[in-house]
Parts: sequence; structure tokens; C-alpha cells
Amino acid sequence: MCRLAAITSNEYLNPMECIGALETMHEGHDGSGMGLILKNLGGELAEFFDYPVLSGICSKDGLYTLEEYLFHAGFRLKHQWRPALKPVKGIKRRDHYFAKVYDYPEEYEDRSQEEKEELLLQTRLTLRRMGEENGSITVFSFYPDIVTIKEVGDPLQLGEFFGLTDSRLKAKIIFAQGRQNTNYDINLYACHPFFVQGFGSMTNGENTAFVPIREFLASRGFAGYSGYDSDSEVFTHILHYAVKKLGYPLHYYKDVITPLGEDDLARREDSEVLSLMRVALRPLCIDGPNVIIGFTPDGSCFMVHDAKKLRPGVVGGVRGRVGLVSEECGLESMVPERESAKGIFPMKYDMVIVSPGAQEVRVWNQLYGWTTIMN
Amino acid sequence: MESAVRLDHNHELTVKDLPYIVTWREDRCKRCGRCTAVCPMHAIEPSVMVRREISSEDASPSPKVTRKTVVVVRQTTDIERYCTGCGSCTLVCPNDAIEPVFNPQHKFLFHKNPGGHPYRRGGRRNDPRESTLDHLKFTRISMLTDPALDAGRHEFRIRTYLGRILPPEEMPFRVKEGKLELMSGNSRFVPPVREIYPVMIGSMSVGALSPTMWEGLAMGVAYLNEVDRMPVVMASGEGGIPPRLLKSRFIKYFILQIASGYFGWDEIIRAIPDMADDPCAIEIKYGQGAKPGDGGLLMAEKVTKLISEIRGVPQGVDLPSPPTHQTKYSIEESVAKMIQAMSMAFGFRVPVFPKISGTRTARAVLNNLLRNPYAGGLSIDGEEGGTGAAYNVSLDKMGHPIASNIRDCYLDLARQGRQNELPLIAAGGVGKKGGLAANAAALIMLGASAVSVGKYMMQAAAGCFGDEMNRCNVCNIGKCPRGITTQDPRLYRRLDPEKVAERVVEVFRALDVELKKIFAPLGRSTELPIGMSDALCADDADIAQRLQIGYVC
Repeated sequence: MCRLAAITSNEYLNPMECIGALETMHEGHDGSGMGLILKNLGGELAEFFDYPVLSGICSKDGLYTLEEYLFHAGFRLKHQWRPALKPVKGIKRRDHYFAKVYDYPEEYEDRSQEEKEELLLQTRLTLRRMGEENGSITVFSFYPDIVTIKEVGDPLQLGEFFGLTDSRLKAKIIFAQGRQNTNYDINLYACHPFFVQGFGSMTNGENTAFVPIREFLASRGFAGYSGYDSDSEVFTHILHYAVKKLGYPLHYYKDVITPLGEDDLARREDSEVLSLMRVALRPLCIDGPNVIIGFTPDGSCFMVHDAKKLRPGVVGGVRGRVGLVSEECGLESMVPERESAKGIFPMKYDMVIVSPGAQEVRVWNQLYGWTTIMN
Repeated sequence: MESAVRLDHNHELTVKDLPYIVTWREDRCKRCGRCTAVCPMHAIEPSVMVRREISSEDASPSPKVTRKTVVVVRQTTDIERYCTGCGSCTLVCPNDAIEPVFNPQHKFLFHKNPGGHPYRRGGRRNDPRESTLDHLKFTRISMLTDPALDAGRHEFRIRTYLGRILPPEEMPFRVKEGKLELMSGNSRFVPPVREIYPVMIGSMSVGALSPTMWEGLAMGVAYLNEVDRMPVVMASGEGGIPPRLLKSRFIKYFILQIASGYFGWDEIIRAIPDMADDPCAIEIKYGQGAKPGDGGLLMAEKVTKLISEIRGVPQGVDLPSPPTHQTKYSIEESVAKMIQAMSMAFGFRVPVFPKISGTRTARAVLNNLLRNPYAGGLSIDGEEGGTGAAYNVSLDKMGHPIASNIRDCYLDLARQGRQNELPLIAAGGVGKKGGLAANAAALIMLGASAVSVGKYMMQAAAGCFGDEMNRCNVCNIGKCPRGITTQDPRLYRRLDPEKVAERVVEVFRALDVELKKIFAPLGRSTELPIGMSDALCADDADIAQRLQIGYVC
């Protein structure tokens, strides 16, 4: 199973903090890929927090095609971060890795956030389609204040390859996944974390209910529910669907993916709603074992399991710096100063939610409600 | 020399023309007469035969002729009294002296139309080959990368929903203080939805079934619900249900059917004010897989006092239901009205869904129903469904297999994103070869929300002799040797309703275990794997291609 390390903080951190945590869990990933998402950017990208950042990889030809397309679509380049690549044995270098900051097309200046997000989504999907056949363009995200990096290789070596140790690329929220590939071909698009319109998540485990969930999402009429090179991508899209499309408060994500049984459900104050929700969202019920670590546009981070996850992930830290990891050793690496006895291992009914800036950690239990662990 | 007249039997059939030949062993038979008494068709009869034996006891031939008159059991060649192969004779014979044997050379269908009346029978399609469902297997086995589940110890939720389900976007929720709550006042109508076991007992009427059989099924269903906590439901078939049951709290385990004859509905409508609970659902029968285009038919022999009272008709008359509802002139208009009228009769608290025969036009029906907010599902009965009475040609040649029909409908719903809104109920040939759980699970993975079984229940719970070699299949003439489909007390007293109920419970318990044994290795336990087509493969490339699933060999 893949290894997951996420950190949320009130100060800007170097992505190597998460990569270092992945290294402590080395036995659980096989170098078939690493994915990084950085949110609430610092360093050289801090001042551009309001502008969309296109993250991806291109061949030389692909870069030309991409720039041409974006230029004609009205996007104007404001800044770009390119890693200072260092040759590392075993890592196959591609032509261009980039995080390009753009200004919106002029006609979008006064458009609503919804319209801007729709434009960014359509642009990303178009670029993906343009480069998919010959592999010339790979784009992971196109959204303000988000950078995504993915590549095949050992996480620590990739950190060195991208020169992340001394990079000026920093963020307050960093999600990293070390892959244990179970999707046959190694495909960068199958590498977690996944992202859509401000929502991101990464998972370890298998989702055996993948096909019906994919069919349900893909038929919602929303272009962003596509891709699905990994069965775990649906977790990100369910999150987006529940919170953004349906407008549910975040903790209902747990009730969507792992609804309560009838007897338990009757004990909840909102049982009427839950009964209807369970019926209407039946195709989104997951079948794991899965641990999901995710974030929402406001910077809240969470961890959730299904009942079959016998070895839970763990959340722990100190005020202002909280880690969410699949193995406890990762937490030890990221937040050594924490009280280890206070680590939270979410169980069957739990969802741990860390507020933006890691100011508060609360556990939502489907049966008993909220418990504040740290504030 | 025999006269020419006695040699000429040209007007008669030979036993070789008949589908079953009775083999009788004279040396074992003690002439007790049980076999001839029990034969529902009077296909065998006691007879006498004169035997002429020539023997010689001397060293040189000195033939002596002895004439003996012996009692034998003889099979008639009268086509109206053909041996159905039911085997009742074998069952009652104390000495294993008699047995019907299938005759593959028979010419039964050449002759079974005396008086210009085509062959009519009960049962299902006489096609003993494996059905499409039996070519499907579950090949996505969780191994190492995703732990399989323990079928014996893991918690499984094998349930489904019956009734129209609102799309999530239309649920009348609002957020208040960080919680979701139902909007009050003039919010959206939320249609009734029942949570049921995904395998239900399909429509078999009081009338078609004997009182003991129907009672046994009903008791079994009640036990499963009340004791085993398995919400198994049963559909009534056309013709209503006994008044006492109608007004009891057990009515919630029954789906009441209204069909083109509207039999039984006077009583039901009158009972509505006195009902202790709502029925599970209302099924409007527009078609039946076994006999597409035909209405129901209850032969006069079966219209007894009880049946006439339940149905509100005179005793002893044929009860044919019209081939179609007389008011049905368009699906947009009258079917919608009928669905709405039935919904209204029960205060919009009961799901109402139509049942149709499997057909290439099923998707057109489906899409019309999708536009009707009161339609609570669509039941499709495939060509291998059973019946109590139908023309053989309808049974054998009319209709559409259920597998591709249900798959097409599910994929159509999925394309529109409405696969969770209108439950599809699949029926027709489920468990034909005994693999009830496998067939049901396959249909669910092809897209059915629920599966309906009738014939299998008669076979498994009451020992119905009928099979696809045209064994027995005399449900239509009221002479069921098992007492399942008869109103003749001498016959239905053979069937102990308590034993039927016990078997119903056993069948569903075993089914539940087998479904878990299928779902567990697939890693599925929390919800029914509706449309989980990646788990399914066919061992036939054409079937795989047609159903859009994998092919394995």
C-alpha cells in the first residue's frame, strides 16, 4: 500500500519535511512514483496567491504547444518556478518541469469565482487531452495557490533531483505520497494526491467499489469528474461533489462514503437527513480498506477511514504544526516535538479535521459527534 | 392369422412419439396400483394382457401352449393423456418398478394440438441449455493488493431500495449551524423508498398457486422478516390476497399486483381504510416474460370458492385477463395516470412500479418512466420466466433474455447519471440451473437493483417437478402432482405449508451465505455492488462483448 504524509502548519515549510517522513516509511513504497501538492504557497510564489498556477511536465514540443494554446486563450504568464534539476542516478529526466503563474484572460477579470474556476478546469482538461496521445504535455493542476509535482522514482531521490532541499518553494500545507503501484502501468496521472477545484486527497488501500462510483461521478455532468487512472481519484471527486456541488458541511463526507447502518443511524439527531442521504448517495459508498487524507479550499485538512482499514493512519502534532500520516514513524519525523501519546488514530466512525493553520484538531464521530482534541 | 383391421393402428400414436416413455418392470411390480392412482395425467393404467407361452419339456420338441391373463401397467398413447415425466409414479412405487424416461426422439409438438387447440402448459421455456447468466463468473478476486473479506465474520449489508430515489441535488436539505436538516414547508416531495432484501419472491397469484403453497410462502416471508430480520418481500401476482392478510400488519411484506383483469382490486380498495400498514409496493403488470403479449389466465378448474371471493368473481369460470390494460393507450398518458392513481390511493406512501416483459423496447419504456416522478422502479421479466398457464409457442419463442435487457437499461441510466434513481428489478430464469446466488449477483453487477424469483422458489421450497425438458409443466390444468399449482384439495393437501415455509427460510438463509461468499472475495460488503461490471466476466466472447464485460477463457 502507498505511504502518505501530509503536514499543515501556520508557517511555510519546505516540502522535504514530508519527503523525509515518506523516507521513514520506505518499506511501504516501491519508487513507482511520488506526488506532492503544495497549498498556501510561500517563497517566490507567495505574492501570486491570487493567480492560477499551472503545474506539469512537458516535452520541448509540448511546451511550445502549451504556451501557444494558453497565449491564444488569453492567459498571460506572470511568473514561473522551474526546479533546479540535479542529475540523480535512476531518475529519468524529462524536458520541462514547471509551475507557471498566469494572469486570467482580460475578459475574465470581472467574472465570478465560479466562472474562473470553470475556465481553469476546462483549460487543464484541454491541455491534458492535447498532450495525452504522444505524452508531450502532462498537467496536474491549474488553480490559484496550488503547485503539484509528480514523478517516478524514490521520494528522497526525487527531492534531490528537483533540488527541493534548497528550493525557495515553500507552503503551509504539503501533501506527499510515495507510491506502491497497484495500477499495472506506471502512469503519472495515477499518482496521488489528486486535485480538483481546490479539493485534494490521497489514499492508501484499494477501492473495490471503484467502477460504480466512477460511473456515478462521470455522469454528473461535471467535466472535472474524469481521468480515473487510479481508483483513488474518486475519493477526491466525492469530496468535491459532497462539499462543493451539494454544499454539505465537510464532516458529512464521512456519512457519504461510509454511511451508518440502520440502527446506528436512528440514534443520530439528523437521522432523517442521513436516511435520505444514504439512499440518494448509495453509489458513492466506498468499499476499502482505505485511509483518505484530504484538504479543502479553506485549508482544512482531514483524515478518514472506512471500517475495513485495520491499521489506521495517525494525526498528531502541536498547535500550528500538525501531521497526518499513514504510519506513525512519519509523524515522528515531521513533528518530533509532539506528545506522542496524544496521537489520534481515527477509528471506524471517526473523521479527524484539522483547521486552517493547524490551530485546532477536532474529531467527528458519526455516533457521538464532535470532540476537540487540540485548540 | 390376425385380421387386417386389428393390425392397422394407423390412427394411433406410438409411445415413441411421446416425450416420456414409462418403463415398467413386471418382475418388481406387486400390482399395488399406487402408480396408476397417482398419475395426474392418467397416462398409465392397469390393464390385462393375454400371454401365450410355448414350452417344451421333453428331449425332443413337443411344444405345449399355455395361455395366461396377466395384470400389467400400460402407458396410453392418447396425446391428451401423455406422460409428462413428472415421476409421481416412481415416487409412490414401493418396489422401484416404474420410471418415466425422456425420449429425445419424441414428436410431441407435432401432435399436441387436437381440436385445433395449440399446446398450452405451465412452467418456463423448454430450453435446457445454460442461460446467459450461467456463462458469467466473478473474476475480480481481491488478492494481496486489496485484502479479501471473511464471508463468515465480516459485517455485510445485503440490502437494496425499492422506490423512486431523488437525485442528491434535489434532496430538500439545508445547512443550519453546521448541520444538514430537512427543509420544512413546501419542500420537494420525497417519494417513498423501501429498504428490502435484493432477492424477492416474484409474482405468483393466489389462484395460480394452491392455498397451501401460497400460505407456505407467506409464512416463510413473515418468518424471514420477523425472526431472521431479513426484509424479504413477496409479490402477490394478480388476483389480490386473502382479506385477513390484507388487513394485517404483515401486509408490509407484500407487493400487491394490479394487472389487466384488475382481479382482486375491489377487495383491496375496500380494505384500504382498514389496513394496519401499507403494502411494500404496488406492481402494475403490463407484461410477463413467459408469455409476452398475453394476459393472465386462471382456468375454471382453479376458480374455487376462496378464489372467487378474493377475486370478486363467480366460481368455476375461466378468468382470462386481457393481453393489455384496456385503458392503456400511451405510456405518457395512461400509464402515468395509472401509476399516479395507485400512488394516490395509498397516500403517496407506497412505491408503484410497472412490470414488463423483456423486450427490445425496454429502454423506451425506461426513459418514459424516468420522466414520471411517481414511477418507483421498473421490473423486467425475461424470456425464461415461469407461468402457470401459457401457450407453448409464447413460452418457447417469445420474449427477450434478461441479461442484455437489464444491462442495456442500466447503461442507459448510467449515461444519463440516473442509475440510482429508478431501481431495475430483473427476473426470468434466475436460478434456472440452481445457481440462484450466482445468477442474482451477476444480474446485480450488470445493473439490477433487485432480482425476482418465482419458478426457483417452487422448485426449491416445494419440490416442483417442472424442468426445461418439459417435465410435468401441467400447472395450467389444476393437476399439479405436488399440490403447488392446484385448487384440488386432494392434491394440495399433499403439500404441508409449514414445510414450505421452512424451506423458504432455508433457501434464503443459504442464499444469504452464498451472496456473502461471492461478495467477500470481491471486497464488497458495505453496499450492494450494483453495476460492478469489472467483477464480472463471461466465458463466451460474444456474451462478453454484448454485455460490455470482460471475456475470460
